[in-house]
Amino acid sequence: MNNTRDLTNLAKEMRRKVIKMCYRAGGGHVAPSFSSVEILVALYFNILNLDKNNYTDSRRDRFILSKGHAGALLYAILAEKEILDKNILNTFCQKDSILGAHPETHLVPGIELSTGSLGHGLSFGAGIALAGKIDKKDYRVFVLLSDGETEEGQIWEAALFASHHKLDNLIAIVDHNKLQSLGRVEDILSLNPFSDKWRSFGWEVKEVDGHNISQITKTLESIPFTKDKPSVLIAHTIKGKGLSFMENVPIWHYRIPDKKEEWKIVCKELEIDENEFGDVFE
Amino acid sequence: MRNAYMSTLYELAKKNKQIMAIVADIGAIVFDKFKEDFPDQFVNVGVAEQNLIGVAAGLASCGKIPFTYTITPFITMRPYEQIKNDVCLQNTNVKIVGVGAGLCYSTLGPTHHAIEDIAIMRVLPNMTIVSPADPLEAKKTTIAAAQLKGPVYLRIGTRGEPAIYQEDYNFKLGKGVELKDGADIAIFSTGSITYDVLEAARELEREKLSVKVINIHTIKPLDVKMILETAKATGSILTVEEHNIDGGFGSGIAEVLLESKIRDIKFKRLGIKDCFCSFYGTHKDLKAHFGLSKEDIKRETRNLYKQKK
Repeated sequence: MNNTRDLTNLAKEMRRKVIKMCYRAGGGHVAPSFSSVEILVALYFNILNLDKNNYTDSRRDRFILSKGHAGALLYAILAEKEILDKNILNTFCQKDSILGAHPETHLVPGIELSTGSLGHGLSFGAGIALAGKIDKKDYRVFVLLSDGETEEGQIWEAALFASHHKLDNLIAIVDHNKLQSLGRVEDILSLNPFSDKWRSFGWEVKEVDGHNISQITKTLESIPFTKDKPSVLIAHTIKGKGLSFMENVPIWHYRIPDKKEEWKIVCKELEIDENEFGDVFE
Repeated sequence: MRNAYMSTLYELAKKNKQIMAIVADIGAIVFDKFKEDFPDQFVNVGVAEQNLIGVAAGLASCGKIPFTYTITPFITMRPYEQIKNDVCLQNTNVKIVGVGAGLCYSTLGPTHHAIEDIAIMRVLPNMTIVSPADPLEAKKTTIAAAQLKGPVYLRIGTRGEPAIYQEDYNFKLGKGVELKDGADIAIFSTGSITYDVLEAARELEREKLSVKVINIHTIKPLDVKMILETAKATGSILTVEEHNIDGGFGSGIAEVLLESKIRDIKFKRLGIKDCFCSFYGTHKDLKAHFGLSKEDIKRETRNLYKQKK
């Protein structure tokens, strides 16, 4: 495992990168990215057999960002892994960029699936996991879902399929921040009892603090949680984690801080030098 | 056509272990031999078509060549967005095979009819659409689909379609086939109704009307060159399809003609007139009820020819 303190700093750096990208572009999803930061840091720096030299190799581990709206975060991570050129992060969502709010596989290196429409990633991941079983390859497939995304029926079609085919090389991670676009999941379409649902579909379930990198890492080091069963990690998170005014406030699902007071708070809380903001991605 | 498709897929799968048959609980019994002989190349995903397409796209990303299969509306309309995003946007090597083109499933009603599929599949970039006219052509299109790297939608009938091709012929994806020469008027047709078109044309010959018949097995990309050459040569074109009149095969040909430099073309589309086919009986009964019998084709051909004169 990488040094936890380094990774905690890296997580903070990822938040800075994401908010700068979105602020500059005037688009992208900040709060949904912030809830997934520690999950992606733990995956890419402690768990995945994936780096700049093997990211097209057929034996690599796969990571599928089914909650495609966290694209900005994934770009920042891929740049940190040197799979993506760091210098293009500041083109995010701008004219002629390859980096849209939702990632596209044929444009951006390191993207397994073009996502943005929710509910697609788990089936795609199950197909890759099945191919791994058929071809006797030992890679693993990780799929990050948002909790609101599991309201899609296709997720449960895929859940049935994965357990029926004993895909223990498939791992779903749910970024369970309890908010969806317009409000609390609990108020809009309750998922409870959430872990029991997965269990009854034949998955082995574990729950973690989704902002604790070492806890996420330790838990994912024990996959498959049970042989012959797909694993699901329910990561309890806070939407907008890291910014006081954004945490747990639904409106920030798709909103960018304004250029006055809000940006000042951002700079203060995330330790961004207001004056230096310009070419920040070197 | 269904049996031709399945036996062809069997032969292809025997030679190429990457080829897989993925079905959504349809055709499983006729796939028994396939399943028995190639267990690693067969998956029945159950009644879950959205997952079917996603799984197929995942398999294709690992080098597999999945042929997904179920009744046409369930493999085109139900998982349409999965086809758009997971298959076409990514240009994955997934084959979408819909069984029951047009009104084949005559007694099963509008839920099972396939009269919108060409229209919706036609607007997907990277998609190739093939619509064989008889069992031999179903075999050839299946082979062509396996050879082409990228998404293919294969629209096949069920069973008992009469043979149009009496002997082997040179099949080329994207290339129309002239089945009968004629000078007065040309009919473009696709799918098994092409047999009725050919019969109609032969009967009209006895009325001294010389009708050219062209089978368009590849609906996307269309054989633009052949369409334009034929339009120039005959000056009048009838299109026939077992599909809603709007947005389908005839619309595709109309687009080509209207944007060409050729003027004064007499043109008519024959298809199902923008309605659900809530009517029961044989396939032939339904075609007759909805204006697609051999007699309907003859009448429309005569009428169009009269306009020309």
